[in-house]
Amino acid sequence: MTTGLPVSTILLTTGFLLALIGIWGMLTHRNILRIIIGFAVMDTGLHLVMVATGYITLGTAPIIDGALSKADAASRAIDPIPSALVVTAIVIGLSVTAVMLAYAIRLYAAKKTLSIDAFTESKW
Amino acid sequence: MMRHILVAVIVVLFGLIFARMVGGYVELDALRPLALDYVTRAPVELGTPNIITGILITYRGFDTLGEVAVLFMVAASVGLLLKKDDAKPASAKVSSPKVSGEKTAAAKPVLAKTEAARAAAARSAAAKANASARAATAGSVAVKSTKEAAPAEDDEAAPREASEIVRTGTEILLPLIFTFGAYVIVNGHLSAGGGFQGGAVVASGVMLMLLARPGSTLNVALLSIIESFAGVFYVGLGILGLVLAGGFLDPRFLPKGEFGAFISAGAIPLISALLGIKVGAELSVIIDRFRS
Amino acid sequence: MLEFLLLLVCASILVSGVLAVCLKNVLPAMVASGLASLFAAVSFLLLAAPDVAMAEAAIGSGLATFIFLYAIRKTGNGKG
Repeated sequence: MTTGLPVSTILLTTGFLLALIGIWGMLTHRNILRIIIGFAVMDTGLHLVMVATGYITLGTAPIIDGALSKADAASRAIDPIPSALVVTAIVIGLSVTAVMLAYAIRLYAAKKTLSIDAFTESKW
Repeated sequence: MMRHILVAVIVVLFGLIFARMVGGYVELDALRPLALDYVTRAPVELGTPNIITGILITYRGFDTLGEVAVLFMVAASVGLLLKKDDAKPASAKVSSPKVSGEKTAAAKPVLAKTEAARAAAARSAAAKANASARAATAGSVAVKSTKEAAPAEDDEAAPREASEIVRTGTEILLPLIFTFGAYVIVNGHLSAGGGFQGGAVVASGVMLMLLARPGSTLNVALLSIIESFAGVFYVGLGILGLVLAGGFLDPRFLPKGEFGAFISAGAIPLISALLGIKVGAELSVIIDRFRS
Repeated sequence: MLEFLLLLVCASILVSGVLAVCLKNVLPAMVASGLASLFAAVSFLLLAAPDVAMAEAAIGSGLATFIFLYAIRKTGNGKG
């Protein structure tokens, strides 16, 4: 069972599809918590896309030890920059989710409902 | 119905953009120039085997500092948003200070010990696993004894007691999780891991502790002080790099040491340990804010 | 073999993502989104990025799910 596609292309496609699923979830639901779940799904998908763009054919982790010598590193290690960016992006994603959930809790305390149809004050 | 069609159109448009990006993508077979520069320079210049940690802490060190500032702001704003309203009836408050004060007093040495163990782990390689495990064990025992000394006599808001299996499992797992977190933090320059990952592992240990003992409280004030000091030392190390070496957050003012040894790579292990303490404390505070 | 594993992981990610968006109840949807995160961590390992996998497994599927759990409890089980 082979597709012939490179590893990173398959995961890039998966990441984009997951991001699309997240966008669909964010836009169709009216419940604030469901919107936040959609955002978290989209976040995961975009992390997948970013890491996939750093993959190099038959690459290995950029950690120099017995299996990867200093001279080999330039030809066999994967691109470390997307990985470093995604590590920070994951932590920031959690922070953004936490702030959104805190606002959701405050909104529920104010109106006793989570549907965004009930929050009409800020509509123009 | 109209809205669903509109949403479908938006999703299809995004899909078209993404499809073009996938279509134009070819898997790399060699590193990009900037990455090649980092991969060849990081082991030689910084002496760190893990290039990702080298990038996170040195080449993009300013980003990382800004990010922990963002995390700090998130912890503060979540606390502000989830603050208890003052309109609460006073009767609920009267009963709680006695119990919670007692618990806070007992919880303080616990957290102090764990943090101290983590700080010590960053400095001495030999005793790190033992010290951390011992401190964590002592911590869980102390919390347990307070829990039993002060039976849950709160009003209807009292959380349900965790089952025997959960409590025993936590006692076994908690020292392991804290030890693993400390290991990941201080070995960030040698193997996969680093401050962010280790801090998250420590915070998930705290989360497990809170889950197994719903009545126990976290000493948020002490955690805030610890993370503020970690931040101050982080910036202080950055300024030391500015004065003694090439620039802000340059870790080369300490000797590089032997490549691949535990004490090597200049100040990277120190900065990584501070980062881990800061991230762990901040995530624990965020969890506790959501719980209360 | 590795290719089969890769396709399996991709299918798991997409199924968990669809479940996270489509399930009627908020609590299972939240668990499904944490599951998508966990499978994403596995795929990061396949992409030779262990640092990212570690962060995603600890934060994305551990702490985020837990914070959601508290938020759902505080908002009347996510109804309405």
